[in-house]
Amino acid sequence: MTTQSQHAPKMATPLEPVMQFDPNAKVPFAKWVQKHLFTSLWQSLMTLVVAALLLRFAWFVLKWGVIDAVFYTPDPDVCRAAAGACWAVIVEKHRPMLFGLYPYDEHWRLVIMMVVYLSTIVASLMPKLWNFKILIPLWILSVTSIGILMFGGVLGLVYVPTSEWGGLPLTMILFSGTVLIGMPVAVVLALGRRSPMPVARGVSVVFIEALRGVPLITILFVAVNVFPLFLPAGVEVNKLLRITVGIAIFFACYQAEVIRGGLQAIPTGQYEAAASLNMSYWQTTRKIILPQALRISLPAITNHIIAAMKNTSFVIIIGLFDILTATTAVMQDPLWRRYYIEAYLFVAAVYLFFGYALSLYARQVEKWINSGRI
Amino acid sequence: MSNIIAQTQSPSPSQRLDQEPMIKLRDVSKWYGHFQVLHDVSLDVRKGERVVICGPSGSGKSTLIRCINRLEEHQKGEIIVNGIEMTDNVKNIEKIRRNIGMVFQSFNLFPHLNVLDNLTIGPMLVRHMKKKDAEELAMQFLEKVRIPEQAQKYPLQLSGGQQQRVAIARSLCMQPEIMLFDEPTSALDPEMIKEVLDTMIELADSGMTMICVTHEMGFARTVADNVILMADGKTVESGTPEEFFGNPKNPRTRLFLEQILKH
Repeated sequence: MTTQSQHAPKMATPLEPVMQFDPNAKVPFAKWVQKHLFTSLWQSLMTLVVAALLLRFAWFVLKWGVIDAVFYTPDPDVCRAAAGACWAVIVEKHRPMLFGLYPYDEHWRLVIMMVVYLSTIVASLMPKLWNFKILIPLWILSVTSIGILMFGGVLGLVYVPTSEWGGLPLTMILFSGTVLIGMPVAVVLALGRRSPMPVARGVSVVFIEALRGVPLITILFVAVNVFPLFLPAGVEVNKLLRITVGIAIFFACYQAEVIRGGLQAIPTGQYEAAASLNMSYWQTTRKIILPQALRISLPAITNHIIAAMKNTSFVIIIGLFDILTATTAVMQDPLWRRYYIEAYLFVAAVYLFFGYALSLYARQVEKWINSGRI
Repeated sequence: MSNIIAQTQSPSPSQRLDQEPMIKLRDVSKWYGHFQVLHDVSLDVRKGERVVICGPSGSGKSTLIRCINRLEEHQKGEIIVNGIEMTDNVKNIEKIRRNIGMVFQSFNLFPHLNVLDNLTIGPMLVRHMKKKDAEELAMQFLEKVRIPEQAQKYPLQLSGGQQQRVAIARSLCMQPEIMLFDEPTSALDPEMIKEVLDTMIELADSGMTMICVTHEMGFARTVADNVILMADGKTVESGTPEEFFGNPKNPRTRLFLEQILKH
């Protein structure tokens, strides 16, 4: 530890610095190349082969994706004539891909919705604003306005039922629904599984193991087709809500095990210290154990959150068109169906953007944690 | 035999003798599975008394003091603190813990909270103090343990000795009447042991009732009113430091002292 340096008498820094090892010194490029790529004959050979393959691939991407590509044309025949990619398909079809079945003339509502949604999320992710006095009004406001924008039916907006929702906004709603419902359930399940109370433990174990043991698609079929059979006549729960809860619970079971891993990593000394301060179970859990457990399991938690984002595409089974399904549907158009690769690359880029943003953010959170900022 | 020795009170200052003991252990026994860690241990600790418990590892000394604030459950015998008997009753456990602070071998500070928050969390959550008052109290105790300048640092940024002093301050913030020390210096580098012992000596001088499990015989000699040797879950020897070190009655004590003082 650092005591020695702290306790040592402060010495004046030497006036003339001796030649010191500088960890930040720039290694000359040529030296670096030689050291890392051409140390031995075998390594040199491999370097050349891999370099050749990479260049070949890069050239292909450049030629197909840029040089020979068609970026804009309303006429599919132009694309037909070209040897490269037909990015025009995205320009032409981006609206049904991004917004699914949502009425065409109302798409502006979805654009506003996405702006509201993204800014709310971005704001909520900033530690500076982690204050219930800010976040609760913010979320009430944005959830209400997203609800109004999506459903309509008030303020002169046309009513759009959830069965017509689609595309990226649907993906976003499903994803945040999954995480917002799933995370608290996951925490409760994880705590339940380690609870000293046998009933709580039993229920959690059965719940987690039963749901982890079946594929997601089964849970969704149950949520969509079986669950309504148990409801009293006349009661109906919205399909979108049912499927969101289904995905959320599946997510929660996996996440619970991740969080349990974090809980198990907390040394018993922490519980004992809290007990000796006379803190109750809930005080200990809330203030001492969970904050540490969640920090420890953060990388794995992020992993599941990113996976959950992609699980949203399962809504296809209730006939909803999230961004992936919407794209598949759009690509049925005989005029443009040849260019499905370009369309799917676009969807992949959208997923990649959100997935990578999440993982960058998680990395930032880890940095904040390590530097003690949160 | 063993409990008779333990119950025989050492001639501590006369005014303490007629007091009712603050901590009363009667024939406390505890088993881990089939293994008996504590054999009918009895012990009286009066207000202001300083007791040092030593003994070879596995002798049950840590278990014994951990029973006093219910970090371990005893299965037989009585533990009475301030007239309240330790039972399964959660209310009783809370009442007893309210008067007891504990310092651990491995500090057990909360690593996700800075030093100040480590100190204020107990008073704020358990004693419902206002943040400002709790922080004032915390700074008072940080000054007592001589590290007020570290208030904003995180535990892992401190040296072992500093961490242990923070841990002591954290316990003191709950304003307990009794302090339990479970090998507080065993995890420390030699040069840091002194700073922690100095803090403990100051605490003893302020009249705190203390039970320390420690191998620091110098500390036992200068501070303790009563030194106890435990072996195999029994109290083998108990007496004032003069008796304990000068004229031990039990051959095991002599053996133990020889081993520990040889170096």
